[in-house]
Amino acid sequence: MITKSTLGAAVAALVLSPAASAEPSAREVQEILKRDFRPRGQAKMDRMDQDAVQRLCTTTNNKPPADLAKKLEADQMRTIDFPKGSLMGNWKEGAKIAWSGQGMQWHEDPKLPGGGGCYNCHEMSPQREAFGTIGPSLAAFGKKRGNGIEMQKYVYGKIYNAKAYNLCSEMPRFGTTNSLTEEQIKDLTAYLLDPASPVNK
Amino acid sequence: MMKRALACAAVLALTLSPAAAQQKSPYADYQKKTTEAAPLELFELVGEELWKKKQGPKSASLEQCDLGQGPGKLKGAYARLPRYFKDTGEVMDLESRLVHCMMSLQGRSREEILKRPFGNADKPSELEYLSMYVARQSNGFKIDPGTRHPKEKEAYALGEKLFSWRTGLWDFSCTSCHGEEGKRIRASELPQLDDPKQVSPLIATWPAYRVSTSSLITLQWRMNNCFQQMRTAEPIFGSETVNSLITYLTVKSKGATYSGPGIKR
Amino acid sequence: MAGPMKMRATLAGGYTDVRVLMTHPMATEQQTKGQPHFIQNLTVKVNGKTVIEGEISQAISRNPVFSFRLKGGAKGDKIEVSWLDNKGDTNKTETAVA
Repeated sequence: MITKSTLGAAVAALVLSPAASAEPSAREVQEILKRDFRPRGQAKMDRMDQDAVQRLCTTTNNKPPADLAKKLEADQMRTIDFPKGSLMGNWKEGAKIAWSGQGMQWHEDPKLPGGGGCYNCHEMSPQREAFGTIGPSLAAFGKKRGNGIEMQKYVYGKIYNAKAYNLCSEMPRFGTTNSLTEEQIKDLTAYLLDPASPVNK
Repeated sequence: MMKRALACAAVLALTLSPAAAQQKSPYADYQKKTTEAAPLELFELVGEELWKKKQGPKSASLEQCDLGQGPGKLKGAYARLPRYFKDTGEVMDLESRLVHCMMSLQGRSREEILKRPFGNADKPSELEYLSMYVARQSNGFKIDPGTRHPKEKEAYALGEKLFSWRTGLWDFSCTSCHGEEGKRIRASELPQLDDPKQVSPLIATWPAYRVSTSSLITLQWRMNNCFQQMRTAEPIFGSETVNSLITYLTVKSKGATYSGPGIKR
Repeated sequence: MAGPMKMRATLAGGYTDVRVLMTHPMATEQQTKGQPHFIQNLTVKVNGKTVIEGEISQAISRNPVFSFRLKGGAKGDKIEVSWLDNKGDTNKTETAVA
C-alpha cells in the first residue's frame, strides 16, 4: 500500500530540476486556483483540489515512472465496484449515453441524467461520423475482442475508472466521480460489446 | 431547422473534393464567405458609442481610459495586451482593463459591471461591444504583448504551468484537448495551443462574431467556457488564472499580425 | 426599437457596389413557437426613386447583410435603404456613393 510519504518522496525526487525564478511552485498554483475559482451550481470548490493521480501526472507530464504508476493503478482498481453477474446492459440506451455530452457542468440541472461524452473522443458506430480523435477508435470493439465476462469486466472497469488501467489516461473516472450510474455503465458496456449493437455491425 | 440545414448544405457542398480536404480545413471556403458578409461593423459601432457614452456616478465616458498606450490612445492598444500596468500592479488583458476604467473613470462598481459579462444573440454585453470596437483599432498591428517586466514573465510562467495542470472532476488540463496536433473533438478541429504556428492565427482573430450562435465572443468568455466543459468550478472574470492563460497564448502568438475582430463558425 | 443599420456604397468600374448591414432577430415561427419576428419588405431608392422592392422571408438569418450591385451610379448619388418587419417596425439608412 503506497503511503503518503512514499508518494511525497517520489514526487519530490521528480521535481528537483532548478526552476526559473518566475515559475510558481505547485503550492502557489493551488493557492491561486483556490482564490481564482468559485463554486457555481453543482460545481463545488473540491473540484479544484488536485488528487495524487492528477498531481503525479502533472509533474511527470503524464509519463510517471513505471513502478510508481503500477502501485497507483492498483490503488485506483480498488475503487471500482464491479456488479455481480453480467455487466451487459441495454445497448440502445448505451447509444444515447455515448452520444450525449451533457452532465456535471455548473450550468446544468444535477437532477437530469448525464452522458459519457464518448463521441467527444472516440470513434464507435459507423453511423456516427462526428466522432472525435482524442482517444483511440473503438469501432467493431466487441466484434474484434469478443464479449465474455473478462472483456465485460475490462470495459466496465475502464469506464468506471480508466486510471486503474493507465494512470495518466485522459479519460475521466466516470464511476468514481458519480458522473455515470452503474446502469449507465452497463448500457455503455453493451453498446461496445453486444453483437447487435451498431458498433459491431 | 431550415437555416441550419441551408448552412449545413453549403458546408457539405464545399467539402466534396477529397484532395482539398487533405490540404486545408473544409470550413475555409465557408468561413471566407461568412467573413465577407458579417455584421462586425454594426457591433463595433455600438462599441464606439459605449466608449463615448457618459456613464456612472462620475458621469464620464471611457475616452480617457489608458489601455497601455496612454489615455484614450486606441491604435494598436489591443495588439499590445496583455501587459503590466503600474497603476494596478497587475498584468491585465483588454477586458480587465476596461473593467478597471469603468470603475476608476466612471465610478461604477465591479459588481454592477460584471453582473452580465457575457451576453447572447439577443443582447451582447457592454464589455463584448467595447471589445469589438477596441480590437478593430488594432487591426493590422503586430501582436506584441508585454514580456519584459518581471510580472509579465510571472504571468507567462503561470499560464504555462496551468496549461498542463490536471484538475477538475474529469482530470483534464488544457493539453487534454489542445496539447497535440491534428486532433478533433467530435467534428471540431482542435488547435495545438502551445504551438506558435497553430495559436497565432487564432489569437489574431479574437474577439469575434460567432455565426452559429449569432453572438459576440471574447477571450475571457472562451476561457470560462473551456473550464465549464472541463468540469471545474467557475473561474473568476479577469482573475490572475484567466489572465495568465491569455498572456501565455498571446506571447506564443507574438509577431503575428492582428487581423480581427474575427468570425467563427 | 430597431438596432443599428449601416450602409456603404462604392463605385466600381461602371457599377455601384452597395452593402447594407441590418440588425434584426429574424426569428422564425418555429424558433419563437408561433411568434415570428422578421423583416418582410426591403426598399432601395436612388436619388429618391425606388429601384428595388424586395420581399424577405423567415429563411434569412439574424442580422442580415444585403449586398447588391447597381448599374452606373455617380459619386454623390443618394442611396436609401429601408425595411419594414412583420410587427410594423421600420428602420432606414442613407448614404452617398463614394
